[in-house]
Amino acid sequence: MSGLLIRNGRLVDPSSGTDAVQDVWIADGHIHKVGKALKAPAGVEVVDARSKVVCPGFIDMHVHLREPGFEYKETIASGTRAAAAGGFTAVACMANTFPVNDNRAVTDYILARAKVEGVVRVYPIGAVTRNLEGTQLAEMAEQAEAGCVAFSDDGRCVMNAALYRRAMEYALPFGTPVISHAEDCHLAHGAPMHEGIVSTELGLAGQPGAAEEVMVARDIILAELTGAHLHIAHISTAGAVRLLREARARGVRVTAEVTPHHLLLTDEAVRSYDSNVKMAPPLRTKRDVEACLEALADGTIDCVATDHAPHALSEKEGEFAEAANGVAGLETAVALLLDRLVRPGVLDLPTLVTRLSTAPARLLGLPGGTLAPGAAADITILDLEQPWTVNPATFQSRSRNTPFAGCTGTGAPWMTLVGGVKVSP
Amino acid sequence: MGWKRKDLLGMQDLEASEITDVLDTAASMKEIATREIKKVPTLRGKTVVNLFYESSTRTRTSFEIAGKWLSADVINFSASGSSAEKGESLLDTARNIEAMSPDLVVVRHKASGTPALLARHLRCGVVNAGDGAHEHPTQALLDLMTIREKKGHLEGLNVTIVGDVTHSRVARSDIFGMRKMGITVTVAGPPTLIPAQCQELGVKVSHRLEEAIAHADVIMMLRLQHERMQGGYIPSIREYSRVWGLSLARLAPCRPDVLIMHPGPVNRGVELAPEVADSRYSVILDQVANGVAVRMAVLYLLAGSKKA
Amino acid sequence: MISREKAQVLDETGLDRALTRIAHEIVEQAGGGEDVVLVGIKTRGVTLAQRIGAKIAAIEGTKPAVGALDITLYRDDLGLKAEQPVVRSTEIGFPIKGRTVVLVDDVLFTGRTIRAAMDALMDLGRPRIIRLAVLVDRGHRELPIRPDYIGKNLPTSRRESVAVLLSEHDGVDRVVIQEE
Repeated sequence: MSGLLIRNGRLVDPSSGTDAVQDVWIADGHIHKVGKALKAPAGVEVVDARSKVVCPGFIDMHVHLREPGFEYKETIASGTRAAAAGGFTAVACMANTFPVNDNRAVTDYILARAKVEGVVRVYPIGAVTRNLEGTQLAEMAEQAEAGCVAFSDDGRCVMNAALYRRAMEYALPFGTPVISHAEDCHLAHGAPMHEGIVSTELGLAGQPGAAEEVMVARDIILAELTGAHLHIAHISTAGAVRLLREARARGVRVTAEVTPHHLLLTDEAVRSYDSNVKMAPPLRTKRDVEACLEALADGTIDCVATDHAPHALSEKEGEFAEAANGVAGLETAVALLLDRLVRPGVLDLPTLVTRLSTAPARLLGLPGGTLAPGAAADITILDLEQPWTVNPATFQSRSRNTPFAGCTGTGAPWMTLVGGVKVSP
Repeated sequence: MGWKRKDLLGMQDLEASEITDVLDTAASMKEIATREIKKVPTLRGKTVVNLFYESSTRTRTSFEIAGKWLSADVINFSASGSSAEKGESLLDTARNIEAMSPDLVVVRHKASGTPALLARHLRCGVVNAGDGAHEHPTQALLDLMTIREKKGHLEGLNVTIVGDVTHSRVARSDIFGMRKMGITVTVAGPPTLIPAQCQELGVKVSHRLEEAIAHADVIMMLRLQHERMQGGYIPSIREYSRVWGLSLARLAPCRPDVLIMHPGPVNRGVELAPEVADSRYSVILDQVANGVAVRMAVLYLLAGSKKA
Repeated sequence: MISREKAQVLDETGLDRALTRIAHEIVEQAGGGEDVVLVGIKTRGVTLAQRIGAKIAAIEGTKPAVGALDITLYRDDLGLKAEQPVVRSTEIGFPIKGRTVVLVDDVLFTGRTIRAAMDALMDLGRPRIIRLAVLVDRGHRELPIRPDYIGKNLPTSRRESVAVLLSEHDGVDRVVIQEE
């Protein structure tokens, strides 16, 4: 069968501790061999990766593909194309579709659509409670059997602690993490931004960091009680990071992810009243951003996930308080992280690759996150010198809601391969 | 001298000199109210659209009179509720109105940031008549005009704002505007009704009424809305009015020349005892009269100036 | 634009004599029966109206009422300038209905200021007669307006400007022609 030889790239594979110029020989959709100056037989296509960085494929474990039900915002087809363009070879998609993915019929549907239309690997995340209502458990056993890799009511918080405890216990045998959208709905009371001096000046209702922290604390204690693997979605406050650190030190099985926008923007951005900076959890203060960056660097926060949340223009264009929450982040994440974190030395490249590939694969128990021979040839190739300007009009995604429109930088995904097949550009 | 702005969105954007321009112009405009023919041709042929999403007879009428006395054509467009309720999005409504070539749109809306959004999308000028809890600049301007009229100056005065600052756009605009004019501002109210990090706005914060008003030259009382009881901000209206309501007895230790102000409408018996509202200390009716003059000044300064 | 003084056309004495003559002409035309009031156009027209009023008092024994008119809100060039002009207040503390109003201004040029002043007066009441007194008529009328009492006729070119300096405002009494 035909193969592919990626030649002369800088191979960064934290799973094997490699950071060196090596060739990668792909055959039959798998990594055949990795080494210096490999000689492949004729008929094998060669990709000249000189001055590029070759990594195990990036995995975004928090994405909203919107299908079924909200195809006007995004579909599995457009969302996975966006993922590929952003350098991702796999995405885990959240359950707040319509109907909600709370039973295997919807899970099967998503996987069937992904098989035909998906351009990268799609791993569904099932709901914890029926219809995300927080009152009854969803059929997690069947969902796990159908292929759900985790469970989450993301978008909502399960406010009933007793029920959430049961959910964590019930999910234990499947080995699937329970992912928490930590937000006390009463403390947050629908406020569109973070509570602080900015919300005071702007006259917008604010939700304190405590709204996230009380639930992070609660969920950690429940994880401790049940022995479940808890994963905190989109962590954003210094207080939550502190709780996470303390829990890990105690040996609790808790992991966490952070979004690129929570690493790069603060609540000051809301002064423009531009609803592209409206999301849940909201942008926080400089102190919170610094705490998250520090935790990402030292591994307290395990991975970066975009929380890609596409919305139609009409849902974003309007009064700030009424606008839909979310950022369509798949196509800007990697480029932004390369330019704003790796370039200035806040994060080194192998650490970034761990946070984008090795860690999410490990957390969700997925194959991937490695370039070891025998692994599927899911590969992300980066060009650290490529200049870019964010132009939402050219997004693969159906949606355009990004706070980074017009931003420029250097360093971007160059080529994305899934199973040895080029899916981007 | 002179305004080069397209919009009036808030006191936070204004320089002290621009505020003085409005006050001086308004003082000159005030004389028109005393004439038999209350009309000048200044804005003849200009169209002013009042786009009020929150029902407000007082402010809307004030803007209407102001526009009409300047000979402008004033159109009232009351859209009720949020754009979601109405079905037509805010921007669609605005674009439809713009297609009719207004020179100015005066907008009031319950969502903070709405005038800024409109100003970005409309060619014509936008005047903020109150957006959510954010700003109500013409109210602050008429408050400053009233204080300046009664006290002769602004700098160095002590003003205490009492009540629900958290939900008050009047409080914010007053704070921003007064500080620019050199006034020392104190806010007073129960901690649940004072917003986060309020002292960082450059004001003193007090939770005791007596101490907050002891040395005040002006006491600005804010309206308490009955919904606050539901939100868990105060236990009852009764308790609020006992602790925070202004009565003649409470005024006794204050300065004899203290001014009592209120943006209206007054909840008699809640934040102000009726005797206080009708007392010689109260300049509430002057505020209303000055409201028309200030709005005339704002319309004049925005509508006439040549756009860049 | 910097103006440089080209010539002095009236000195202190000349200015005073012109105002005296105007005062006599007003009194003569009124014939003792008319109820004359003076309304000066801000800013220097008001000062001149005060002075003429004082001179009439010296002649007749009683001083006529003097008011001040700000015509900013009646200008026809609003919206054409980069900035809105300053609005000052109008102070006419007496009724003008049925009376003879003599408008007083320092320099008559295109006539647009006087047109605005007449509109403003009409909004304040209905005078029986409006007459116009100016210290200097420099020509170049753009509207059919003519003065009744003139201090000095002064043909000028468009590039020139006429400045009336009064001691109450400028520390000295003189009228000069300036060129840009």
